[in-house]
Amino acid sequence: MARDERVFLMGEEVGEYDGAYKVSRGLLVKYGPKRVIDTPISELGFTGIGIGAAIAGLRPVVEWMTHNFAILAMDQVINNAAKMRHMSGGQLKVPIVFRGPNGPAEYLSSQHSQSLAAFWMHVPGLKVVAPATPYDAKGLLKSAIRDDDPVVMLEAELMYAWEGEVPEEEYLVPIGKADIKRPGKDVSVITYSKPLKVVMEAAKVLEERGVDVEVVDLRSLRPLDTETIFSSVRKTHRAVVVDEAWPMCGPASFVAWAVGKACFDDLDAQVEIVTSEDVPMPYNHTLELAVQSSVEKVVAAVSRVLYLE
Amino acid sequence: MGVKRPRTQRGERSDRDLYMKFLREMLLIRLFEEKAAQMYGLRKIGGFCHLYIGQEAVAVGSIAAIDLSKDYVVTAYRDHGHALACGMDPKVVMAELFGKVTGCSRGKGGSMHMFDVEKHFLGGNGIVGAQIPVGTGVAFAQKYQGTGGVTLVYFGDGAIHQGAFHEALNMAKIWELPVVYVCENNQWGMGTFWKKVSAVADLYKLGAAYDIPGVQVDGMDVRAVYEATGEAVSRAREGQPVLIEARTYRYKGHSMSDPAKYRTREELEEYKRQDPIGRLKTFMEEEGLLDEETFRSLYDEIQREVEEAVAFAEQSEEPALHTMYEDVYAGEDAIWRS
Ligand SMILES: Cc1ncc(C[n+]2csc(CCOP(=O)(O)OP(=O)(O)O)c2C)c(N)n1
Repeated sequence: MARDERVFLMGEEVGEYDGAYKVSRGLLVKYGPKRVIDTPISELGFTGIGIGAAIAGLRPVVEWMTHNFAILAMDQVINNAAKMRHMSGGQLKVPIVFRGPNGPAEYLSSQHSQSLAAFWMHVPGLKVVAPATPYDAKGLLKSAIRDDDPVVMLEAELMYAWEGEVPEEEYLVPIGKADIKRPGKDVSVITYSKPLKVVMEAAKVLEERGVDVEVVDLRSLRPLDTETIFSSVRKTHRAVVVDEAWPMCGPASFVAWAVGKACFDDLDAQVEIVTSEDVPMPYNHTLELAVQSSVEKVVAAVSRVLYLE
Repeated sequence: MGVKRPRTQRGERSDRDLYMKFLREMLLIRLFEEKAAQMYGLRKIGGFCHLYIGQEAVAVGSIAAIDLSKDYVVTAYRDHGHALACGMDPKVVMAELFGKVTGCSRGKGGSMHMFDVEKHFLGGNGIVGAQIPVGTGVAFAQKYQGTGGVTLVYFGDGAIHQGAFHEALNMAKIWELPVVYVCENNQWGMGTFWKKVSAVADLYKLGAAYDIPGVQVDGMDVRAVYEATGEAVSRAREGQPVLIEARTYRYKGHSMSDPAKYRTREELEEYKRQDPIGRLKTFMEEEGLLDEETFRSLYDEIQREVEEAVAFAEQSEEPALHTMYEDVYAGEDAIWRS
């Protein structure tokens, strides 16, 4: 925002309340109400207004209080933001960022606790990023703001409490580049966003059992860095994809298919996926934990592709 | 229509039963919610828990004006009060808050998703404004089936700006649906003051664009809410949807995690002086309809009822793991398992 006057933030409670999840803390004081704008609760309306502002020369950052409420704005994102460049034969550009928390939370039941990554990943014309560390979050957000296309950023709700190194100085994490978060030789576990933590824990458990896991963090769901994914699988010959969305038509099932197709000759086992159970999220905590990907489920899937069980 | 003032300034003895019912239900909601807050503090209840304390007169006064054998109630996530005012069993509501299988939604819904089909209470919606078209659809079914029933749809001052509200009102009007919209203007949508995000300060006027009459009522006065809803309901039964704006106030933060720093202590105190329970109690005492002893014993009785609800919730079973696959489809499990 300091660098580019055209960048502004708008959404519910982003200003005076400092952000429902405190992501925009201090921005109103720093940049004033012209650039940090509290909206009514009208997701479709303010998202569309952001898109209009973007095609007319501004660079909006639209915060959705959570992705659950972005469902109301889907028409504007899918039918307008994603398609305007194409429909206008390249005359228009839509440099806008849509961001907010996504994914399972705690004790919130089904309308407030769901991963909607697949809905955005499905749409040509959008870019979709999902950081798994504070470092990546800063770098990806900056890249997203500078990008000339609409970028949807998925910030896992429970990750806001996570801590990690974030350099003060300027740096960018490129959109479309996956990251090897842990090199290994026996199996590639491919994931993104919050499940990275579960995967890293599983890798530790597996290490004790003599299994060397390579962890690929996608970071960007669209474009998808198939080069990094495939070269990892060609090295390890086995793959498990871990995701917190539902299994049907989800990010994991797509990545697993892509790996199966491109690396067929290199694979020593079928590709496994670990996802949310195929149910709406229940409120009860025991059930909601059982619905989600866990260390045990990842360890079991890795054991299957290694024929350890 | 316009701004409503309570018509009956003096209580009549014949109204005593009704006022006692108001008092009992408002007290039940108040004590239940205070207990829920305590249980939340003890982590027996998790997630978002939006308390209704301060707003009791709205649910109690309006729901008393309908006939739940044929009428319906639909609301949002701040739903414990409406649930109890519809006669839902406090035990079952508390058990749902605890996530137990004995809760009304089998532990799958929690605080924001109370439902009781038998009691004609249809939720419990967590998406701001989403219940407005849904409630309008319930009214559509009532008209279609010729039941003679109406639907009361509740939402906040924040929800009124959703497209869902405007689209629903338009269709309610063109199809002459038996629906009463109750906007509970508690003045804050999370940390946002309603005047800051509304093009008009008097929300009851928003019906005018759809030729739907609007009424403003003092939402801290249960009798006024009851009267205004009664009138609106009779018009709605004739096919004239009505919008009621009840001016009220929530004493607590938006949810249990909100310290409500955006408002002043004076503002809160001002509304506490108009407390709906206190006001009805004083009124009844002045009219000779209530004495302190009767009030005390009512209070104690309700306190016991709330304790029983907690004991029931505590002792109930957790839902078994396999129940996660249930209630997704009507028939057999059709869940994807790899
Ligand atoms: C579509 C949608 N957007 C945002 C939210 C987050 N949210 C929950 S309650 C709320 C404020 C609603 O205020 P109001 O309608 O006045 O009702 P009140 O909470 O005061 O009863 C917001 C923004 C949501 N649940 N759904």
